[in-house]
Amino acid sequence: MSEGGVVASFVVPVHPHTVLAPDMNPGWRALRDAYDSAAQTIRDLEADLLIIYSTTWPSIIGHQIQADPNPEWVMVDHDFHDLGSIPYSFNIDAEFAHAWDDANRNRGLQSRCVNYKGFPIDVGSVVALTLLNPDNSIPAVIVSSNMYANRTETTVLAKSCLDVIKSQGRRAVAITAMSLSNRMFTDFIEPAEDKIHSLKDDEWNLKILEFLEQGRLEDVGQLSRTIHRQIRVQKVVAFKPMWWLSAMNGNRNDLTGNVLAYEAIHGAGGAVVHVDPTSTGVGDKEYDEDDVEYFHGERGVLDTGAETEEANADDPPDEPVGNAPQEPAPEVNGPALWDPTQTEGSVNTDAAPKPVGAYPHARRVGDMLYLSGVGPRQPGTNAIPGGPIHDENGEPLNYDIKAQTHAVVENVRRIVEEAGARFDQVVDVTTFLVDMKRDFAGYNEVWAETLGHVGPTRTTLAIDALPTPIAVEMKVIVHLGE
Amino acid sequence: MQVNGADDELNPGGLHPFMGKGRIVAGCIAPHPPHLVYAENPPQNEPVAEGGWEQLRWGYERLRASLADKDYDAIVLLSPHWQTYVGTHFLGLPHFEGLSVDPIFPNLFRYHYDMNVDVDLAKAIHDEAEAAGLPVKMMENPDFRVDYGTITTGHLFNPDWDKPLVVISSNRSTAYYSVEVMQEIMIELGKVTRKAIEASGKKVVVLASNSLSHRHFTTESEMPEDMSKEHITSHAMHLWDMRMIDYMRSGQAQRILDEMPEFTEQAIAESDGGGLSWLLSTLDVPDYPAILHGYGTIIGTGNAVVEWPCYAHEEEQA
Repeated sequence: MSEGGVVASFVVPVHPHTVLAPDMNPGWRALRDAYDSAAQTIRDLEADLLIIYSTTWPSIIGHQIQADPNPEWVMVDHDFHDLGSIPYSFNIDAEFAHAWDDANRNRGLQSRCVNYKGFPIDVGSVVALTLLNPDNSIPAVIVSSNMYANRTETTVLAKSCLDVIKSQGRRAVAITAMSLSNRMFTDFIEPAEDKIHSLKDDEWNLKILEFLEQGRLEDVGQLSRTIHRQIRVQKVVAFKPMWWLSAMNGNRNDLTGNVLAYEAIHGAGGAVVHVDPTSTGVGDKEYDEDDVEYFHGERGVLDTGAETEEANADDPPDEPVGNAPQEPAPEVNGPALWDPTQTEGSVNTDAAPKPVGAYPHARRVGDMLYLSGVGPRQPGTNAIPGGPIHDENGEPLNYDIKAQTHAVVENVRRIVEEAGARFDQVVDVTTFLVDMKRDFAGYNEVWAETLGHVGPTRTTLAIDALPTPIAVEMKVIVHLGE
Repeated sequence: MQVNGADDELNPGGLHPFMGKGRIVAGCIAPHPPHLVYAENPPQNEPVAEGGWEQLRWGYERLRASLADKDYDAIVLLSPHWQTYVGTHFLGLPHFEGLSVDPIFPNLFRYHYDMNVDVDLAKAIHDEAEAAGLPVKMMENPDFRVDYGTITTGHLFNPDWDKPLVVISSNRSTAYYSVEVMQEIMIELGKVTRKAIEASGKKVVVLASNSLSHRHFTTESEMPEDMSKEHITSHAMHLWDMRMIDYMRSGQAQRILDEMPEFTEQAIAESDGGGLSWLLSTLDVPDYPAILHGYGTIIGTGNAVVEWPCYAHEEEQA
């Protein structure tokens, strides 16, 4: 099997005019012609998978992936119902959908497949698949746009998709069904009167297209929040499809872009843009955001298993609290958890994982702060980013040392900041790895990106095991003076 | 947008001078989380539940009992899940049937619906709104799938589906402009709704299909109806919900309208869809107490079943 990859990416408009009424306005016709041209390009590339990230399918509970092999219905737009109906019958790659769902969960995302007769495929996906894949010859997959997802989460969503593309050796086309500026006229207009809603929207759209024409997709991703504030209706799913599309292309700025059309659809900015992964050889130095492999953000709202009443930090007792251990959260096969002890100088925080014994998260002595050993477990859920190293029966599991190391560093940061100190005041670190041969390179890479910038001294030791099924732990000393 | 004032044709007291027969029997907040239908296991819904969210379902029972002996001809409903960005739309065909699948909770709600529309009343409200300068449109495409908010509220309020509905879309003016602009439009829409109802000679119940605070959990427990996992997402949301409910129960609808921008923003309230502002305007901003039939949370959002008993108020005034 050859190695899979993204062979092309497209930005396409969502409104039904290009399907139902292309000849009522020259601009709509231009967009339709561009759609048809894109469809031909996809055929020429011999793509074997279309992946649609649709802004018109919002989700709340994580990420939803369409897995009905043949969804059929008739779509009528909520606004433009008078233009007519679009019957659809799509060819969905359910196997890929389930594999993507699995990959999402492996990378810490909340995810599920949907396979229900009559599920309302959203207008953006219906328009895109109808025009880009008119004979259904290429299997497709559709993913929702989560209302609450940030850039980190959206990037991980793309990386898990790439995991499957590579493992299955697919020639995939990544498609974002979206408007540029999405402010439509709020009154009814004649087709001939259509134009971009405002000059400001038009100027921003042209700036976006200039970036895309130059292949600077990552730059558009980094401008996403600004673009959203400037030219987007606020209560929709932000300009986050560009985060996803950029991550699908390796967060690069040296792609080859081609704007096939840019026109108004009832005031919104509609564009068909082809992004070719071929490098132009210039401009690929600007990706400066922290990369992320695993999502370990707030997704555990309902998980209350590890939460217990905390000691009152405002009224510390003179003696250590005689706290009893609690059952570990179901996510972790390991020892019972304890509330951190409270004595003079103790520093404890809910933002760090509970100890596995009677000790504090940190203790201040003079102008020094000594941290207890810090692992990657997550506060509240006790989940281990990157996965545990073995299951409850001791059977080894595959895990991501980089994700674990990132999580350790974040836990260290939270404890240090709880003490009122700064991360750059860390002066000495002792790291314990349970598998030096396997993990040193990944750990060292994350170190260089994080603590390496701070400059503490470091000792790295190989040890036999740690109390919980984790691969890395750090012992940290902080100098609180200037 | 130029909105012509409609209230200059109305008496300050609210009743139209040349029309006396048509009237609003009651106005209600009737939220639409599909979880409530799922938990009830009606034959129209495909998934099966073990129960759940009883406080709210019992609230709906009390609402239905409260109106059981009241005679009315139609239900007028504004649903935030028929979201229109270009004007306000009205269902414009006499009958709709089909399968409604919630795109966000398809595991809970796949409901076979069969409903009738009071097209005459819908057109009358449409025409009054148009005369007032609001952009409006009748929806006359027979393939149109009615939104799940309408179906959910329609079922919970009237499970027999034996009354025709007028269904009004939710214009997204909050997202486009601001809560203030939304309220200006929705207050005008409420006035013309009331005017058209009075002119129609019909007795009507009006429903705003929306939650109060509206910050969801982003995870779902393995069994969605596991009530040990259900609670409000934050204390701040609870405080806002109770504040609004206090205003409702003490007859201070004007204060709700006054605080709508802060409430909508800080509680991420579903009032952004305009339903609550429209309802209060349609009821002529009631200064008499509403009846709280139930309050509960659904996947972290705050929901109240509330009735303004217009019939009782009219009897009292008489």
